[in-house]
Amino acid sequence: MLAFNISDTLIRLWNDSGFNSFFVGDGWKSLAMILIACFLLYLGIVKKFEPLLLVGIAFGCLLSNLPMGGMYNQELWTAFMDESSQYYHSYGYILANGGLLDFFYIGVKTSLYPCLIFMGVGAMTDFGPMIANPKSMLMGAGSQLGVFAAFFFAVVLGFTGPEAASIGIIGGADGPTAIFLTSKLAPWLLGPIAIAAYSYMALIPMIQPPFMKMMTTKRERQIVMTQSREVTRTEKIIFPIIVTVFVALLLPSTAPLIGCLMLGNLFRECGVTARLSDTVQNALMNIVTIMLSTSVGATMVGSSFISLDTFKIVVLGVCAFIVSTCGGLLVGKIMCWATKGKINPLIGSAGVSAVPMAARVSQDVGRKFNPTNYLLMHAMGPNVAGVIGSALAAGFLLSVFG
Amino acid sequence: MMFSSFLTAGAEDTISGLADAGLVAFTGYGVVFFGIVLLMSVIIVVGNAMKSRKKVDVPSPAPAVNQTDVPQGPAAPGSAGQIKLYDTDPKTAAMLMAIVADKMGKPINELRFISIKEVK
Repeated sequence: MLAFNISDTLIRLWNDSGFNSFFVGDGWKSLAMILIACFLLYLGIVKKFEPLLLVGIAFGCLLSNLPMGGMYNQELWTAFMDESSQYYHSYGYILANGGLLDFFYIGVKTSLYPCLIFMGVGAMTDFGPMIANPKSMLMGAGSQLGVFAAFFFAVVLGFTGPEAASIGIIGGADGPTAIFLTSKLAPWLLGPIAIAAYSYMALIPMIQPPFMKMMTTKRERQIVMTQSREVTRTEKIIFPIIVTVFVALLLPSTAPLIGCLMLGNLFRECGVTARLSDTVQNALMNIVTIMLSTSVGATMVGSSFISLDTFKIVVLGVCAFIVSTCGGLLVGKIMCWATKGKINPLIGSAGVSAVPMAARVSQDVGRKFNPTNYLLMHAMGPNVAGVIGSALAAGFLLSVFG
Repeated sequence: MMFSSFLTAGAEDTISGLADAGLVAFTGYGVVFFGIVLLMSVIIVVGNAMKSRKKVDVPSPAPAVNQTDVPQGPAAPGSAGQIKLYDTDPKTAAMLMAIVADKMGKPINELRFISIKEVK
């Protein structure tokens, strides 16, 4: 006769369940992460903060923190990164033992997703305003100040060089670049850095305006800029080729990012690859965004995410954004002074990448002080230069610490 | 880590001291500016070459237009062409251009508006 004890069975069922694991050891951290994931879903769906990315990131976080789900296995990636392990850099080991999100994460680890996202960004971006007014690129360079300021203060707070470099790049306001650099230098910080980078990008309309007003006079904000010259199609075709060759020779480690950005732009401008341009801008971009966001969210495992370091990264990230904004505005003010008031310094804040949101903020703030002022196309110059600037900054940091 | 070594640091995991961190940050910012300035110079040179080629391509000036037929108006602020506004305020012009771009399904910066005139 089968000995069946109902109380023993229920206890065993409880012990085997995922609910029980929340109350064992560090299990409460997984529960906390599920609540954080729900909050991020709220921000993405209700508040519409970068929903295309945040919904995927939040759901990836939710899935990886469900105990015993086995969709993301951090211990596999720890062995993958451990030089003393027999599975060091063994993708076969990951493929043989990993879950769905581990497979997705391979695209992050190999830098495939950030590069494909950059290709989509290139296909969606019109570099015309920057080509028409190349001097506006200086504001894109000035806006990288936050990257290096945050890097310095991260070292002050006790982070290692590669970790500090990954934290600093949040100031570039460029999600794919942040993921590209972090996955190479400090993959264990990928979750908090990606969350900080994308959250602050979504908050740009709230973060930037107070500093834009603080750093400019009312008279400067009312400056109306003259229209830019017309850019020929030939120039637009030559541009991505020149930038690729030039930047890849200057900082070879940037070649994957800049190469993909400019390939996407060449698809857009050359006029004979409309189908490819359309695919890169829409289908490919959407597919990669799904895989990138869920796999990055999956790295937010409670046991490693809930720590003092995450808090430091969040604080350093917002400081990096603010300093980058001020750096661009400062260069804008210098250019305004040098050109005797022909340049509205408000477009300097668009030097942080975040295309085209930062340019829209320049336009909105400018119109508040002069309703007939249209700064959008002028702000697109520093805005797209910021993308190149942050890629250069990432290339430099990768050369030093990679 | 000394300045000479961080340039060739390779797989360096840590940087010793704030002075080195400051040096890396300062150099990095300088490298970004250097790269952007060089790129800017190349774009300016290519742009000038294009402009001069355009001038060569157009040997004779276009026939003169009787300027008295067309009343001169102010250019729309921030517009990407030589648009002239006749009895139209800039706000209305911007709205019209946005509507045309939307109806045509084209980005506004790819369209070229010549003039906007109120039909009375």
